[in-house]
Amino acid sequence: MSRYILRRILIAIPSLLGISLVLFTILALAPGDPFSEMTSNPNIPREVAEALREKFGLNDPVLVRYWHWLWAMLHGDWGFSFVSRLDVDLLIKQRVGTSLLVIGSSQLLALCIAIPIGVIAASRPYSIFDQIANSLAFIGFSLPTFFTGILFILFFSIYLNWLPFVYRADLSSTGLQLVWDQIKQMIMPVAVLGLFQAGSWTRYVRSAVLDVIRLDYVTTARSKGLPKKNIMTKHVLRNALIPVITLVALQMPAIFGGAIVTEQIFRIPGIGSLLISSMLANDTPVIMAVTFVFSALVIASNLLADIIYGWLDPRISYS
Amino acid sequence: MAGSTPASLTVDRAKTAQSLTPGQETWRRFKRHRLALVCLVVLTLIVFTVMLGPLLWQVPINDIDFSATLSPPSFKHPLGTDDLGQDLLARMLYGGRISLAVGLVAMLIAMSFGVVVGAVAGMSRGTLDIALMWLTDLFLSLPQLPLLLLIFYLFNDTLKKWVGVEMGIFILVVVVIGGLRWMPVARLVRAQFLTLREKEFVEAARALGASRWRQVTKHILPNAIGPVIVAATIDVAAAIIAESTLSFLGLGFPPDVPTWGRILFDAKDQMDVAPHWALAPGLLIFVTVLTINYIGDGLRDAYDPRRVI
Repeated sequence: MSRYILRRILIAIPSLLGISLVLFTILALAPGDPFSEMTSNPNIPREVAEALREKFGLNDPVLVRYWHWLWAMLHGDWGFSFVSRLDVDLLIKQRVGTSLLVIGSSQLLALCIAIPIGVIAASRPYSIFDQIANSLAFIGFSLPTFFTGILFILFFSIYLNWLPFVYRADLSSTGLQLVWDQIKQMIMPVAVLGLFQAGSWTRYVRSAVLDVIRLDYVTTARSKGLPKKNIMTKHVLRNALIPVITLVALQMPAIFGGAIVTEQIFRIPGIGSLLISSMLANDTPVIMAVTFVFSALVIASNLLADIIYGWLDPRISYS
Repeated sequence: MAGSTPASLTVDRAKTAQSLTPGQETWRRFKRHRLALVCLVVLTLIVFTVMLGPLLWQVPINDIDFSATLSPPSFKHPLGTDDLGQDLLARMLYGGRISLAVGLVAMLIAMSFGVVVGAVAGMSRGTLDIALMWLTDLFLSLPQLPLLLLIFYLFNDTLKKWVGVEMGIFILVVVVIGGLRWMPVARLVRAQFLTLREKEFVEAARALGASRWRQVTKHILPNAIGPVIVAATIDVAAAIIAESTLSFLGLGFPPDVPTWGRILFDAKDQMDVAPHWALAPGLLIFVTVLTINYIGDGLRDAYDPRRVI
């Protein structure tokens, strides 16, 4: 198992390098640079601007610049935010926890909805329950997160006045009250993200279970007189989850996309809203770093999916 | 068993199936999916309303009227007005054209690129195949929205100067959204090609001396196209959501171009006083995406040879 994990990690490194190369190429191809405004500013002599460009290596060939950038990133030197005057890595460290908390709990919610509903729907295909679940799933993944977010705010915050619509990282309460406040402000964002994912996952689980449930070994288990619950959890679900994990891993980039929107709607101080605000403020170092962190998170979750995959399917880990 | 094929059923139908072309057969199967059929009608209605609506409802989209700001739906303004007193119906119709056009063109870009990459990878063995699939997998693990935002942020100004504001952003949106959605299609096409190119009918064509190009265009591609059409349908919905998301984050089309996402973005700060402003575009995005997804589902059933309808 540990050799399998190690091999997966080694495969993840070239992907991460490839992604960083793509990101850097986009940045290098983009017109203009941080000093382009300086050249049009009459107060700065041309030689000074030129010297600055030379000093920061903007006249070097692209590959050399990529190498410098990568080297600095690996050493933890992620640059300096133009706007907040803080180191970029500090800024990201402050916010990445909040993002992961919201994304993680929403995915947990999605799994808790999708697996039971998918399994029940597949064990009674084309029943009323299956049809209702299927329709709800369609509605779930057709409702864009920004619209559900707005509807939730309209209904739960403005109309009913139950839940706060601004997420605060600096809650002033203490003890149990703090826990309660934290839960209250997380309900809406987590539900928005979770329900969106639950829609497509329910369909994945249903079709995967439907494929497995017909196989001969399930019939054998049933004819041996095993309890239905045992067959479902031990025989069917474990095998059905293998393709589901693949599909979930493929959806990871979309999940982070949804997280950005949700963070923006509920004003969650995570890295997604950091990305948007730094884009509106032209804060290039932060933008690059956050995009890179998102890529790394996607790769990390693919790695996690691979490890779960190996755990679910013992045939893989020893090959 | 549900969804699988009992051999006898197909035999009974052999007579009727013979007289139908593949297109008619698909349509016959598609019609059996009631909900998909209903959705097709609804979507056609939306498309026609958006296309012909501005001819009938000739209120300008940027007619500012401070005496009627944030007014709820009324006879004069069927969908109400926004904070500048602009008529929302006219803006929605205008925005619908852009949103639907973005969805369609982005899908076409994604499809053509995906089919080409998938076909080349599927027909070539060895290094080219491996390299193309590595590229596909790399693109699959790129976080799309951050990348979309990044490209948008970096290239927006240049393109604006180059081809004008509206056209520049349209091209950028379409190319970027299409350019980040070709990977599933490429994988799909490659998988289809790998099985189809070993089939007897392709071998027969090969034995008769058909060129590689002819094998692909006349024999393999027509048989691989079903799943591609399904993916294309769903891609339109995804592209519409992507464009609306961009606009919703305030980074898509400029404020004077009212796409559905942009209207929603403008409306979200006034939700407590004017909920109608946010509900109309949101509902329309939702209904459009839902109908497209259902049509995709109907097409999937229609193209699935294992399924008896």
